[in-house]
Amino acid sequence: MPSDEDEMLRSMGLRNVDELFADLPEPVRIPKLDLADGRPEEDVVEHVTTILAANRTMADMPTFLGGGVYDHFVPASVRAILSRSEFYTSYTPYQPEMSQGLLQSLWEYQSLICELTGMDAANTSMYDASTALGEAARMAHRIRPGSVFLVPRALRHHRKSVLRNYLIGAGVQVREVDYERETGMLHLGALKDALSADVCGVYVENPNFLGRFEEQIEEIRGMTDAVLVVGVNPIAQAVVRPPGDLGVDIVIGEGQALGSPVNFGGPLLGIFACRQEHIRKMPGRVIGLTRDVNGHRAFCMTLQTREQHIRREKAMSNICTNESLLAVAAASYLSVLGSNGLRRLAADNIRRAKDLAARIDRIEGFTAPLFPGAHFNEFVVRSRDGYDIVHKALLEHGIHGGLALARQLPELRDAALFATTERHSREDVDRLLAALESIR
Amino acid sequence: MSFRQAFYDEPLLHEKRSADDAPVDLTDLVPPKLRRDRLGIPNLPEHEVVRHFTRLSQMNFGIDTGFYPLGSCTMKFNPKFTEELAALPTVGRIHPDQDESTVQGALRLLYELQQMLARIAGMDAVTLQPAAGAQGEQTGLLLAQAYHRDRGEERNQVILPDTAHGTNFASAGMLGFDIVEIPSKDGRVDLGALEAAAGEKTLAFMLTNPNTLGIFEAHVLDIADIVHDAGGLLYYDGANFNAILGRTSPGHMNFDIVHFNLHKTFTTPHGGGGPGAGPVGVKRPLEPFLPMPVIDLNGRGYHLNYDRPKTIGKVRAWYGNFALLVRAYAYIVRMGGDGLKEVSDRAVLNANYLRHRLAGVLEVPFGGLRKHEFVASGARLASNGVRTVDLAKRLMDFGVHPPTVYFPHLVDEALMIEPTETETKETLDGFADALTRIVAEDPRVLRSAPHNTSVARVDEVLAAREPILSWRMAMARKASSS
Repeated sequence: MPSDEDEMLRSMGLRNVDELFADLPEPVRIPKLDLADGRPEEDVVEHVTTILAANRTMADMPTFLGGGVYDHFVPASVRAILSRSEFYTSYTPYQPEMSQGLLQSLWEYQSLICELTGMDAANTSMYDASTALGEAARMAHRIRPGSVFLVPRALRHHRKSVLRNYLIGAGVQVREVDYERETGMLHLGALKDALSADVCGVYVENPNFLGRFEEQIEEIRGMTDAVLVVGVNPIAQAVVRPPGDLGVDIVIGEGQALGSPVNFGGPLLGIFACRQEHIRKMPGRVIGLTRDVNGHRAFCMTLQTREQHIRREKAMSNICTNESLLAVAAASYLSVLGSNGLRRLAADNIRRAKDLAARIDRIEGFTAPLFPGAHFNEFVVRSRDGYDIVHKALLEHGIHGGLALARQLPELRDAALFATTERHSREDVDRLLAALESIR
Repeated sequence: MSFRQAFYDEPLLHEKRSADDAPVDLTDLVPPKLRRDRLGIPNLPEHEVVRHFTRLSQMNFGIDTGFYPLGSCTMKFNPKFTEELAALPTVGRIHPDQDESTVQGALRLLYELQQMLARIAGMDAVTLQPAAGAQGEQTGLLLAQAYHRDRGEERNQVILPDTAHGTNFASAGMLGFDIVEIPSKDGRVDLGALEAAAGEKTLAFMLTNPNTLGIFEAHVLDIADIVHDAGGLLYYDGANFNAILGRTSPGHMNFDIVHFNLHKTFTTPHGGGGPGAGPVGVKRPLEPFLPMPVIDLNGRGYHLNYDRPKTIGKVRAWYGNFALLVRAYAYIVRMGGDGLKEVSDRAVLNANYLRHRLAGVLEVPFGGLRKHEFVASGARLASNGVRTVDLAKRLMDFGVHPPTVYFPHLVDEALMIEPTETETKETLDGFADALTRIVAEDPRVLRSAPHNTSVARVDEVLAAREPILSWRMAMARKASSS
């Protein structure tokens, strides 16, 4: 039997595939790719597995890193749902009649994010929290004219850098507002000084980069008419008053904690939600509830005139491919845990961090939490002898400590941000404490 | 082929019966001022949740379900072994802030992927950071701006052909650049128009080759000369890379910057709209500006190099969509240089064969060969009151995901068809037979299509007029109307 290729070529009156490339001018042609030849699947599995085996995972090595992504337990049901290839091998649901399942799942995601945040509307995702922040600042500028966007000085460095790159072209400058050295919360005096008429938006985080709950959002709201953007941890949000109740305009956050692994920092899930009055200025894909011609409930992508494929250079954002599958993961995760599971988990994380900080604080040479008051699941630890040697010694004990803060905030060069979640066993914590004891 | 999609009258999560809220003691945990009493997420049994989403998945169509010739999106088979690799704990449970000594495997894989992509594209250096193609464009244009500024030049014009992807316009617009759109001539870049547009303000010319009509821009070296003579840079939109693997490369076509869509050519699954990955490759003069960190190899092993004085900074957190990069790496090693060439050969063969099969069924404007895709026009059917949208909807009844419609704009009633290499002749023939049958059908059957999908034609106008984007908006709407 002739092959598919031969039959197709013959039906077109061609002898070989090369003839289909006859329109490539000679000077641009290459004889072949400068890569090794292909290998059987089993070899590749072995090869890639072996390379990756050089990694030490958080399972191999108790790891107290957070700083934006968190190693939470992912129920097997979430993975089972995500492994449905009708979901993961589909693309953007341009054709709603054929894509109701994904559309409803994403609409449910939007609904659940609105429950967490108290906002009216959410999009189906941004790339991560840092790009969500960049998009939020651009949106603030669309809502309110002004050439300055205020952010906390105590903000993860990559969020600042991404924000600056998202504001190129918008004519908006970023200015930083310091934190209060006693509490770790935003310095309201410094904020007051920074609030001028040309401020279009203000960004604060709760919990903030230092792990501290930001208790002053109502006060901040009262201080300015600028667009208020709040960055949240979605799990903490289960036990914390929703920003929607506090007059916040836009809520963003890192949604990886909702059912996705840490994955060396990607893919992530940029949460983006806003009040109803702002929806036509929101970036990204959104799903709307509607009907089919028979009057049956149906879903479809909507408000597409904001988007690049319709509006081109006037679009709210250039985003096209986003992080939809992680949004489905988040919807599944929130549904599996439910309100009760999520609130218990949030309370448990707070309790764990609180206990861990207190126990570290009892070890001579360490202060934890450096900023007194309420924290979510991470906190700053100061080491009398600097953090570098602590980091190295912990590694020698087969433990990975927190995120060194020297590169982020010079005044905290002897400190690190330690995070804990429900995945840390009692033994993990005991090992950390014993190691810290031995360093002293 | 007959097809009937599943339908369940599946309630919303919020409409299902929820167990009561259980009290959680937050005393001493959350300050009273901040404390929340209630969260409006339903409490459902786990098996009900699994059933809910399983039913929803059955009301969805993926590449594993059937033919998905969505032009410019390269919907090809996503190999299953790469899913297994991406699910390894050595991928999922490593933290991006871990000490470099504990993530040598991840860094090695990223370093090697940078090198493989550079070779495939004929570029000198690659960043894996951008999360998607559009972010790759944004990154590439930032690099171009940084390059010009470093030479003391302020350039703010981006030239685009009228066949360009919408994201090209949006990425340039987002960065505040002025856009100069040039018309096509015979479905190709009009060199005269480009020559007239290029000048001392030209930052870059963005082009995909083959272009969105599937036509190879044979004058690409002349295009490069015009852009370079004006001092501008030539940007390659990698969305159509699937057409040229092993036959040519952006580097050999004298492009300076290229983005890859790993979720297209390198077949990481599209995930219902994402995640993807949009690495960017550049020629040597642009290397100093790449986002930080760059993954390097030195005497102590692989490391994250932040010592980059001219860097544009970061475009997203950390290093890129790692779990997708692992899949793409595994795919490239599996295919190899020989296999990737076969990919493009078959993709181009399939597209040209399908176009050949549709001769006399639908008009395909512009002559000559096509590469991985072609654009047909449904304009001929307008006299029967049938539009391309009707044709697209009717295709669903045959178990086919419709092609991209109404793009590119220069073709009236456009259907942009990209079959990819992972389809058999049998599938292509089935598609051609279905279209042949459809164009002869009673127009009323088409205008009322689809008939075999979960729901009938969806009212998108209503959705946009009265947006209901969440359960709480739905409840508010209900309260205000009762």
